[in-house]
Amino acid sequence: MSGPSRSNGTDPEQDRAGPMLDVADLSVAFGDQSVVSGVDFGVDRGSFVGLVGPNGAGKTTVLRTVKGTLAPDRGTVRVDGEPVSDRSAKEVGRLVASTPQGTDLSFDFTVRQTVEMGRTPHLGRFDRMGERDHSAVETAMERASVVRFADRPFTSLSGGERQRVLLARALAQETPLLLLDEPTANLDINHAVRTLELVRSLVADGKTAVAAIHDLNLAARYCDELVLLAGGGVRAAGRPSDVLTSDTLRDAFDAETLVTTQPGTDAPLVTPLAERESVDRRVHVVGTGAPAADALAALVGADCRVTVGVVPAGDAAAERAAELDCEAVTVPSFAGVDDAARERAVGFARAADAVVVAGAVGDRNAPVVEAGRARLGVETGDRATVSGVDDTVPLVALPAAVASLPPAEGSDAVRPPNQSPTD
Amino acid sequence: MRFAGRTVGWSAGLTAVLCAVVTVSAGIGPVWIPPAAVTKVLLNAVAVPTGVSLSGPALDVSTTRLFAYPVTDLQTQIVMQVRLPRILLGAVVGFSLAAAGTIMQGIFRNPMADPSIIGVSSGAAVGAVGYIVAPVAIPLGLGLRGAAFAGALLAAFGVYLIATRNGETPVATLLLAGVAVQTFLGAVVSFLLLQSGESIRRALFWLMGHLKGASWPEVTTSVLLVAVPFVVLLAYARDLNVMLLGEEDAQSLGIEVERTKRVLLALSSVVTAAGVAVAGIIGFVGLIVPHVMRLLVGPDHRILLPTAALAGASFLVATDTLARSGSAEVPVGIVTAALGAPFFLYLLRKREVREL
Repeated sequence: MSGPSRSNGTDPEQDRAGPMLDVADLSVAFGDQSVVSGVDFGVDRGSFVGLVGPNGAGKTTVLRTVKGTLAPDRGTVRVDGEPVSDRSAKEVGRLVASTPQGTDLSFDFTVRQTVEMGRTPHLGRFDRMGERDHSAVETAMERASVVRFADRPFTSLSGGERQRVLLARALAQETPLLLLDEPTANLDINHAVRTLELVRSLVADGKTAVAAIHDLNLAARYCDELVLLAGGGVRAAGRPSDVLTSDTLRDAFDAETLVTTQPGTDAPLVTPLAERESVDRRVHVVGTGAPAADALAALVGADCRVTVGVVPAGDAAAERAAELDCEAVTVPSFAGVDDAARERAVGFARAADAVVVAGAVGDRNAPVVEAGRARLGVETGDRATVSGVDDTVPLVALPAAVASLPPAEGSDAVRPPNQSPTD
Repeated sequence: MRFAGRTVGWSAGLTAVLCAVVTVSAGIGPVWIPPAAVTKVLLNAVAVPTGVSLSGPALDVSTTRLFAYPVTDLQTQIVMQVRLPRILLGAVVGFSLAAAGTIMQGIFRNPMADPSIIGVSSGAAVGAVGYIVAPVAIPLGLGLRGAAFAGALLAAFGVYLIATRNGETPVATLLLAGVAVQTFLGAVVSFLLLQSGESIRRALFWLMGHLKGASWPEVTTSVLLVAVPFVVLLAYARDLNVMLLGEEDAQSLGIEVERTKRVLLALSSVVTAAGVAVAGIIGFVGLIVPHVMRLLVGPDHRILLPTAALAGASFLVATDTLARSGSAEVPVGIVTAALGAPFFLYLLRKREVREL
């Protein structure tokens, strides 16, 4: 094949060089209002890239320039090596399929008729649907699991069903590039996951997918790469674990988040922290494992100054402390608690307004707990009470419980808190 | 193919209905002629062209008649010269209004759209009333029909230009510009009527819409003006289906939306103008016939457009027969509205029209 032939544009299993999508210096303004400016990113063939970012960051705008329904003011969008603006709508329709964000379309076509419209870019004005077109429609309806209501009117379907029909329509287009604008917005968690699993399997079959996704955790779990859009530009791009960090998210969303990892995967797990009164207390956490790690996260999220120890190095609590930048007293695993470490931990506990006990606590840590001015335990489910504490609270109530304690007067002597001396 | 079969079936059925309506209508009038006799007259008139020659400016077609049933000269005269031109003109006008209404409702994705939505009828009214009130003011020897036709297209084009910016014509802007221009042209018509003096009766009669005094040349001209655009519109039926999904989706499905809108607006304006120019303003046909047919055959324009057009033809022939069969003739526009509105309301009550 010579030259950039378009005849194979409908074949998802192509192995041509270069990225499937290349967005360079893209700028779009509506009137005087700039929506995006200087956006650069590329999408490799056979990958699933998520566009994430706050409302109004321009995710939909970027997708519209890719499918050719919006002309950029500056920059180029290349699909399969050639600028979208140089192609006819029909050519673009054979390369790029998209599912719209809204599903409140008003027409009374049946599901099958709606999916058949996906064949439009493949048909000439006087062509009829051929065998090939019908089989593409059937396959698309099967993959999107809408065969069951193929003959029902589109308007009689629920929001989630409509979204799947529109996905089927996009699949019937048989394009190498698939754009999805909030594909999970109207879906319950089951259908959201099924939709994204379907996209993954399409990508495994050679398609390239770009999706604007609101849910950061679904995006992190299913996308190969993420592009974080905010303030009209790309804030971060790359692997989900590199893009979704507390810093970039604070920058992009102006929100505090806690980034950990999703169980069973290495995908990041983003937990938004509710904006609440910050709890200006020093807390020392004693304990190990997930309960201690969670208590640590909850307290840091509530703006407490947290220390932890003594914990064995490599314990979940120690790792979480490192992630969250908390000072921790650690000892090598299985080495036992030495006196120096215990002394340091006791020092932290004395200086703190409260000591929080979470998870298993070794006997050697008993002096650390006793050194606390107030002692709170965290309920762990299997054991409702922890010995040697004044009170036991569930994890969610922990920051509030800490906040209700009186601030320690003597703690100033050990480490001055951020209060003016006149207070 | 199942779908193509459905289209052909419905179209054939409605064509048969149209033929029946025409035949019965041609028998109704001061002199009653039984349908059998009308059929014979019509069959006698069927001729096949056997040769073409160019003589001067006109095209001469020599023909041979196929049938020679025994009918009286009077019957032939009444059917062929008096009633049939009017009936066929009514059919063409009903056909054009219903077709254009279907297209406009599709483009605007709005059930209230009708053929005049971008000012075609108002423009025609200004042209026609202007001609009636002050014939000298209309140059080029256009005549009443020509003035109305020109006014219709000028108004539609004007609305299109007003609503277009940077090569894009948003339908919402088009709709509002159409309403504004219609209001303005309505004021012009009112002013002209005040100045009309003696000719006010003629102007009002035109404005109410009628098919009186139709002649064969008018039938031929309007058939040509409607048929050619209609065939092109049929070829755009699938594009119009996709446009119903919304312009953004249509574009991403490979439809050049702006170009398609231009083509559809231009052609349906010509079709409407051809109808309005010969018949005046006949309301409701272009609004209700597409709705009724959509309820019957569904929203797919490949079947909706031809069936709505054929149903519109039958509807206008039938209502015009009523309009002229009373003791005093009433403008057909009054009859279509008087019959159409209650029927439409009945449909609304029976089955709520929530979407196109």
